Amino acid sequence: MMHSWLFQHRVAVSSAVRRLWGAPLNTLLSLLVIGIALTLPAAGYLLIENLRVFSARASGTQQISIFLEREAGRKGVAEIESRLQSANPGRWRFVPREEALKRLQESTGMAEVVASLPRNPLPDAFVVEPAEGSPEVLEALRQSFTAWPQVAHVQLDSAWVRRFDALLRLGKLAVTLLALVFGAGLVAITFNTIRLQVVSHAAEIEVARLIGATNAFVRRPFYYFGALQGALGGVLAALLVGLGFKLLDAPIAELAALYGGKFALAGPGALDVLLLAVIGAGLGWLGAQLSVSLSLRQLNG
Amino acid sequence: MISASHLTKRYPGGYEAVKEVSFDIEAGDMVFITGHSGAGKTTLVKLIAAIERPTSGSLIVNGQNLAALRRSAIPYLRRHFGLVFQDQKLLFDRSVLANVLLHLQIVGQPPKEAVRRARAALDKVGLLERERANPIALSGGEQQRLAIARAVVNRPTVLLADEPTGNLDTESASAILDIFASFHQVGVTVLISTHDPHWIRNYQPKVLQLDHGRLV
Repeated sequence: MMHSWLFQHRVAVSSAVRRLWGAPLNTLLSLLVIGIALTLPAAGYLLIENLRVFSARASGTQQISIFLEREAGRKGVAEIESRLQSANPGRWRFVPREEALKRLQESTGMAEVVASLPRNPLPDAFVVEPAEGSPEVLEALRQSFTAWPQVAHVQLDSAWVRRFDALLRLGKLAVTLLALVFGAGLVAITFNTIRLQVVSHAAEIEVARLIGATNAFVRRPFYYFGALQGALGGVLAALLVGLGFKLLDAPIAELAALYGGKFALAGPGALDVLLLAVIGAGLGWLGAQLSVSLSLRQLNG
Repeated sequence: MISASHLTKRYPGGYEAVKEVSFDIEAGDMVFITGHSGAGKTTLVKLIAAIERPTSGSLIVNGQNLAALRRSAIPYLRRHFGLVFQDQKLLFDRSVLANVLLHLQIVGQPPKEAVRRARAALDKVGLLERERANPIALSGGEQQRLAIARAVVNRPTVLLADEPTGNLDTESASAILDIFASFHQVGVTVLISTHDPHWIRNYQPKVLQLDHGRLV
């Protein structure tokens, strides 16, 4: 019984492959359309992933400055030092108010201004370089430090990271919407291809039913056809994205170098290719299922 | 094996193709369904093969009442039949062998065994040497023999043929009916619809004669 079932699936798969292979031009055009439909959201997704990695790397050098109250004194400094040791948020160092003033004096054009001050107006401070640089972690640390005693002000120097993160989230949403639209497109393409397939195999379907084929037997090759076409479209999309990223990699690295940074575009990996193939196959299967149900109903009158 | 009682088939529009027909066919019988064109022969064959549903009455095939049979059970019932049609219903996008193999693929026969059985069926009807040919290259008689090979390959209990000699010359028709008779001799129940009553003399079958949908 199990063997019969497996043989029937084998027949369905080979029938689907034969149908794909039997009309190479149609197959190629369908694959191109599906590949391009999947390329845009896939490229968008990978680009955002690249930017996310870049953002995480950049925010790794983020600092949180904890300014103490002017009257905190040595006791206050020791208290914060002890709290930092137990919280262990990452690397940190103490900046005494004298050192801060000295640095200010060294800044261009500030020496005279500083000299004219009657006393040092700067507070003692701690500069924390958090181990984790995500905006959520930084914000949580900022809130935590603010609640500590003797702390006058906490400065989170990551406004740009937060803005960038918001931009990335917006980008992710746009890519998701794009993926939904193009995914629906892929389903529609498969729907139409399968509809034509059902019409062109009407005689075979009629004969198969007359000699005892179940609905599942009739439908299976179309499902495999849709899934196979979608999976191949997904692989093609991965290849197109990989090629596009390869072409863009050098100019982007050059641009980053002009800004004194490093940025290399990472193309789709094996897992991404697999994911695209699985998504393509799933959408193809869905399109085939919708199409076969409708087409067979029409065929039966 | 096949038992009809007050079997009636009325098509949409009110036309009654089969009216109040009752008969019994035993396993191993050879039966000719005869009658003029439009007498209801094809409808009766379609009813027995569960291609059409009875409007009223009962039709019991292999112990199953077709009037009450679930749609999903029909394919499994048809696997007990070997169906042969006047227009053969062959597939011209594949070889002679592949046409016969389709039946065995449907029942999930292992590929090697399927090929062996398909060749044996083709051998029985004298088409083994044409296994690689496309059916379009066969003569009318050969196409009908191919249809018979496809019908018998799954070892059916009932061989059901609708006007299998309708498009053939006398010689080919005789050869085809001889093949049916050979299956009858080995115990297969054979039902053949034909509008040409002169074949009855040769095979001494049971006869169901229809006239305007009624059994006479």
